[in-house]
Order: sequence, then structure tokens, then C-alpha cells
Amino acid sequence: MAERTRNNPNEAYIKYVSSVSPKTKETRSLLNAFLVGGAICVIGQFLRYMFEFLFGMRGDELAGSVSVVLIFLSALLTGLGVYDRIGKYAGGGSIVPITGFANSVVAPAMEFRSEGFVYGLAAKMFVIAGPILVFGIASSVAVGLIYYIAGLF
Amino acid sequence: MGKHTVFFHNKPIIKATYTLGGNKEGSGPLGREFDFILSDDYFGEKTFEKAECKMLSRAIEKSIKNASLKKSDIDALVSGDLLNQIVSASFAARDYNIPYIGIYNACSTMSEGLALGGTLVDGGYMKNVVVATSSHFSTAERQYRYPLEFGSIRPPQSQWTVTGAGAVVVSGGEKHGQALTSATFGKVVDYGISDANNLGAAMAPAAASTIECHLKEAKRKQEYYDLIVTGDLGALGSRLLKHLLEEKGIDISANHVDCGELIYNIDEEEYQGGSGAGCSAIVFNSYIIGKMKTCEINKVLFVATGALMSTVTTQQGETIPCVSHAVSVENV
Repeated sequence: MAERTRNNPNEAYIKYVSSVSPKTKETRSLLNAFLVGGAICVIGQFLRYMFEFLFGMRGDELAGSVSVVLIFLSALLTGLGVYDRIGKYAGGGSIVPITGFANSVVAPAMEFRSEGFVYGLAAKMFVIAGPILVFGIASSVAVGLIYYIAGLF
Repeated sequence: MGKHTVFFHNKPIIKATYTLGGNKEGSGPLGREFDFILSDDYFGEKTFEKAECKMLSRAIEKSIKNASLKKSDIDALVSGDLLNQIVSASFAARDYNIPYIGIYNACSTMSEGLALGGTLVDGGYMKNVVVATSSHFSTAERQYRYPLEFGSIRPPQSQWTVTGAGAVVVSGGEKHGQALTSATFGKVVDYGISDANNLGAAMAPAAASTIECHLKEAKRKQEYYDLIVTGDLGALGSRLLKHLLEEKGIDISANHVDCGELIYNIDEEEYQGGSGAGCSAIVFNSYIIGKMKTCEINKVLFVATGALMSTVTTQQGETIPCVSHAVSVENV
């Protein structure tokens, strides 16, 4: 096996590496993600019923209130150093729901607090969530346009 | 003298060492070997960066003390770490009125430093040189990966950056002790691995290249060494190293250990073991040197490996160039 340079990768070695590298245990990861993600959604649904029953909320008001509570809980758990432990276990299960979004904003905000409020906390706050916002807003505009144009006919 | 190997005829001695580890390292299998264990990762400082700097500074100070020398006896400080612009090393150096040679070869910085320090002392240019390196899980994590509290999953081939700092005093004019006898400077090797979570696989070819080169130029068999100690290849990288050397007809399975594999009770979180400039620095300078002092082993080849990528090159899709330097240490 001759030594290669960057433009000439050692295919045999790369192949051998991927054959001996440990694989992610997919079944277990998926199951964990399903259980934890599902649990977060169940909590959300429970809050929804409670808010509807106790305060008589409806529609957007109800959805917004539930989201706010979930975001608060996630931020609190992130601050207490619990959410990353859930994340290690659940993976996508705790990243995909709105709580994961809150975690991805609060975690860098805490981390970069040491570089000051403006250039640290504020500037780095969206370092992970930024792309989600960009593509989320861009695709919502695109969908809105399609919806509008389709409505003309 | 070989092409890449220098032989130290005046036998620079490792006069004293000092190692300190984080809490996690302290509760690992080698915890009792370290001179000092941090009770928390902040080490009484406000930021992790300041803590790493303080760790390195303490290691330097205590190693000089262990060698029964004064700061003014030290001719040079050869030091490096993992952070951008090697700030831990440079900032620690400001506490010392000693000429400072800042070096960076990622996780192979310790063996690079020993090779350079040995050369300076063996050549008769200097009498006492301190070599020191450090890494810190929390500073490395945020430079290379994600914020600490972000809930992501680590892939199973990943390693865990060691929180630790180690320092060595290399001195000339001594008769007995653990002597540096030769050093092989490695070349940069890149086999085309681009996964920054699989550094063991990226670095194994560099280690293989340097070990092969060293054995050839020193005209030694692998059996010559009681132990061939790699820096932080981890479990997977060690396996790959043995595979690569076997292809070249070199079987090191009987006398190879890896500092990254030794330092933790390998469980769910660390996966393949420890990594970082501090990993080999604290394992080699405590456990391995300790075994040499009691003459359980007498000849060691210390081959630390470093992955030379940055987050920018990784995001630009570059593969990972790696380097490895070897120093042989023998009881005299």
C-alpha cells in the first residue's frame, strides 16, 4: 500500500476503515428517538387539553401558549444541564420538536456568554439554529407564493 | 544519522515530570498516577480557556520544582496546545521569564516537543528545557464541535478530548535516568479520511509511517522496545495501525499500547477513548515514565499522533492531514 497524497486518496484504506468502524445502532436509536420525541409530544398535547379546559383557550392563542411553555421548559432544562443528557439518549427525538430548537438557541447563548453580551451571547445565539431559520423562512415564503399563485386560477 | 531520525549521543535525561488531569480523567483507570486532579473543570477561573492556561502554567511550575531547579535555570520553554493561536501555551508562558518556543502539531505536540527539546539539549545549546502541552474538553469542544449543553449524539467512532496538562524537564549532563536516545520527525500523511469524528482512522497511517521509518533508520526490530506507545489513536485507530504495519511485515500487537485507550474506562460516552494534546502528555509522563522508573520497562518508543485539520477545512470538505513524531526513551 503506497502512501498517497490528498488528490489521490487511498481507496483500499478508506474501504477498510469503513468496514471496521462501528456502526450506529439504528434500531435502538430510532426506538429511543420515537419514545422520547413521542413523550415530548404527549406533554404538549396534555398542556393543550389543560389550557383549553382551564382557561378556555382556542386556536392560535392555544397553540402559541403551549409552544411558549414547551420552549420555557426546554430552556430551563438546558440551563440546568439536563437537556443535553436527554439528547445523548434520544438523538433526533429531542432535536426535532420545538424543545430541540430552544435547546439549540440556549446552549450557544450560555456557552459564548464568556465573550460578552453582544459579540458573545447575542452574536453566537443562532449559530446552530440560524440555518433552520433561514431555510424555514425561505421555504415558508416559497410555499406562500405557490399558494397565492394557485389561488389566482 | 538517518534521513528523518536524529540520535542523541549525549543522552538528554527526563529529569522530572508533572501531570494534572480533570475530574473524569482522575476517576479513570490511571487516576492515581496523576500528580493532581482538578475538582472542577473551571479550576477556580471564570472561563474554560483561563482554566486550561492555569493548568498548563501549574504543570510547568511544578515540573521545574520537581526537578529541584529554579525558573532561572530553565533555558527554554517548548509548549503547545489545541486552541487557535495556541493561546493556552503562550498565555501560560507570560508567567515565566523564559524564552518560549510555541509549537503546534495537534495531539502529537508532546512528542514533537520532546524531540525538539532533546535536540536542543543534546546539541549542547541548552541545559534545561521544559516541554509542556495541554488540552481541555470544554475549550476543544466549543472550538471544534458544539456547545456543551447542546443535546446531540456523538457518533460511535468519536473520541473524548482529555482535560489535562503535562510538563517535562529535559536536562543535559545527567548520568542516570530516563534518557531520550533518538527522535524521528514524521512527515504529513493523508490517506483521504475526511470524517472529523474519526480521527483515529485519519491518524493511524501517520503513526504507521513514522514507526516504520524509525525502525528502519534506527535498524531496530519492533521487539527492541518493551513498549510502543501511541498518543491518542483510540481503540479503532490502534486496530487500524496494527493492520497497516502488518501489511508492511511489522507486528506490534505484543508491545503496543495507546494512551487514549488507557486513560478511560471505555464506556458509552467516550467510545474509542481519549484524545487531545493533553492525553499523551499526562499518560506518558505519569504512567509510562513511572513504569520506567521502577524498571518494569526499559525501552519505550513514544509516538504521538496529531490530526492537523481545522473546522474551516473540514467544512470545506478537505481530507485530514496527519503527522506523528517518535521519540525513543531508554533507561540509562
